[in-house]
Amino acid sequence: MKGAEAIIKALEAEGVKILFGYPGGAMLPFYDALYESDLIHILTRHEQAAAHAADGFARASGEPGVCVSTSGPGATNLVTGIATAYADSSPVIALTGQVPTHLIGNDAFQEIDALGLFMPITKHNFQIQKPEDIPATFRAAFEIATTGRPGPVHIDLPKDVQEKEFDIEKYPIPATVDLPGYKPTTVGHPLQIKKAAKLIAEAERPVIIAGGGVNIANASEELIRLAELARIPVCTTLMGKGSFPEDHPLSLGMVGMHGTKAANYCVTESDVLIAIGCRFSDRITGDIKAFAPYAKIIHIDIDPAEIGKNVRVDVPIVGDAKIVLRDLIANLMRCEIKNKESWMERVNELKKASIPFMDYDDKPIKPQRIVKELMEALKEIDPNLKKTIITTDVGQNQMWVAHYFKVKNPRTFLSSGGLGTMGFGFPAAIGAKVAKPNYNVISITGDGGFLMNSQELATIKEYDIPIVICIFDNRTLGMVYQWQNLYYGKRQCEVHLGESPDFVKLAESYGIKGRRITEPGEIKEALLEAIKSNEPYLLDFVIDPAEALSMVPPGGRLTNIIQPVREEPKIRRACFEDIKNVRAEVKE
Amino acid sequence: MEHKHVISALVLHKPGVLQRISGLFTRRGFNIASITVGITENPEIARMTIVVKGDDKVLEQVIKQLNKLIDVIKVSDMDEKKTVQRELCLIKVYAPTESAKSQVIQYTNIFRGKIVDLSAETLTVEITGDEDKINAFIDLVRPLGIKEMARTGPTALMRGPKILKPKK
Ligand SMILES: Cc1ncc(C[n+]2csc(CCOP(=O)(O)OP(=O)(O)O)c2C)c(N)n1
Repeated sequence: MKGAEAIIKALEAEGVKILFGYPGGAMLPFYDALYESDLIHILTRHEQAAAHAADGFARASGEPGVCVSTSGPGATNLVTGIATAYADSSPVIALTGQVPTHLIGNDAFQEIDALGLFMPITKHNFQIQKPEDIPATFRAAFEIATTGRPGPVHIDLPKDVQEKEFDIEKYPIPATVDLPGYKPTTVGHPLQIKKAAKLIAEAERPVIIAGGGVNIANASEELIRLAELARIPVCTTLMGKGSFPEDHPLSLGMVGMHGTKAANYCVTESDVLIAIGCRFSDRITGDIKAFAPYAKIIHIDIDPAEIGKNVRVDVPIVGDAKIVLRDLIANLMRCEIKNKESWMERVNELKKASIPFMDYDDKPIKPQRIVKELMEALKEIDPNLKKTIITTDVGQNQMWVAHYFKVKNPRTFLSSGGLGTMGFGFPAAIGAKVAKPNYNVISITGDGGFLMNSQELATIKEYDIPIVICIFDNRTLGMVYQWQNLYYGKRQCEVHLGESPDFVKLAESYGIKGRRITEPGEIKEALLEAIKSNEPYLLDFVIDPAEALSMVPPGGRLTNIIQPVREEPKIRRACFEDIKNVRAEVKE
Repeated sequence: MEHKHVISALVLHKPGVLQRISGLFTRRGFNIASITVGITENPEIARMTIVVKGDDKVLEQVIKQLNKLIDVIKVSDMDEKKTVQRELCLIKVYAPTESAKSQVIQYTNIFRGKIVDLSAETLTVEITGDEDKINAFIDLVRPLGIKEMARTGPTALMRGPKILKPKK
């Protein structure tokens, strides 16, 4: 059997049915073997989109997503997508072609040190030197990607390794993977769990921060049980959204820089903070010295290196969130849990104060209004949002949705948290829709971010993948515009996108329906029409560029939430006349 | 408090592992003072002895981050009191005269070093020991003129029957 066929066999053995990729010379043997296989390959229009789609697939389904590229430029195009998956602990398998082994190191055509390139942005990576190693390496790669703290794994595949014949009978896929340096701890230490249970039972003002790890561990049910059992209010990080239903009476919404007032104040006032599967990034803590100053901190995480990395921890528990929470609940059932009336009163008072007003009738449309109408439209179609996935891009669009959209179910809100990758949302929606074909998948995106991977309109058209794209079209790089307004004296430098393209025409040029919405009253109807059409659909919502989010300044205290004020910007922007002027001296 | 920490790591002996480890140090901003690598009694496993500078929090992170690497089998902080640490140093000393030569030979004997090369103008000394001993020797011959020098950085083993072994 050829190496390339063994690769297909190995993928099939892992249960892979769908891949996202883009071919090229160094990967031709693989694509040739693919011809004979039952695997479905989705040809994206850019490798970055293939990586994001595989990532979206993984986030929505919990199964590993697979993306493929050729060597050199194909591999470099995957990099941003793989780094994005790494930052958010998403199990993606990235396969790259490589020049034949005898040319490696000689700067051959389309050669790049893919092993070195992917090393710092993957959980682990391999370069396969002989076809005999394919079965075991692929088994190890999937095992590493999906267990412990999940993450992307990269496999570099020299062309001759794909072409060479070998006797696969002699090199079967191993039943168990033995990696002496890899033994993730899943069960939490009983003593620490007991300590944690005692602290929680005796707490007067406990708060839970649920991070992406809760979604990853599918520990949402356990989280809800814990919160209800001990009456603990729950806030989530951006990545933790969906792990706790945001319409639950104990939900505080998102915490951190763009968090709700309730979440930020409750964390600050808490006496016991239970952080689950969250890495305390600077976006969550703000000023570390002022973070949860009165709280004893219990930190549950599968990755020991996260514990104590950013904040001091009183009770560290290393383990899988689902298993640890079960044990913690069992322990807590034996404790006498303190009454929390006054804390609940305080929590509810803060929640009332942070309920946003979103019924704007303004024109241009306010983004908050779109989020509200989106929730309402979706509830008409899918009342419990059981079959709805929202992806966002990066920027204000992301934060409007993160702040106001009440996500109810795990793995239904997908966003690039750790790396903050513009261009993520739309291709990730493709992966999510492919993973969950019966779900409504809605891609919320800024105009800037959408243009970073808008070529994927061709992909959804050709494969007929019915996604609704909602562009929050403010003709600016909104988030940067806001920061320049706030922190750089309103001096807006290179953040204006202008009036092009006409997104409706752009969609139409791909054969996709598009509609521009400028009237607040049309929002819901347009959304309903698009979702119900069950076709690829682009909605261009023309929104107010000056609308800004409340936020905690970087490194500030969580309770120092500043409300933006509308300000007249000072704009800097060059045109071709200026270019001609500065180039006037150049000799013909 | 900034300290010098000696860390021992058993790693799979295969290509790319050193790159993974040095890359981790760069990326995390850990201050690496020296690193030695060599094979162990098991030809598939190499031992790295890494000296890092930093406070206890840095040490904890270095160990945890190293442990995360799939090719790293076991990591341990080598407490100086409980370990044997040795470093090899080769020093080429300027000694054009007979008296200078005999002086170097005398120092070398006291430090239980070895003369491993000789020329009309220079003597090359091989010396092993802990860091302090080597520093002391260097200080001693510096006035004569050190032409060139190469140090390995320490390598270390735990004292007594204790060994570093993979987790089961
Ligand atoms: C690839 C990439 N480049 C640059 C940035 C920096 N950045 C963060 S938000 C933002 C503006 C995004 O603008 P847009 O997509 O229009 O969304 P909006 O903020 O207007 O909703 C930029 C440039 C980024 N996050 N990712």
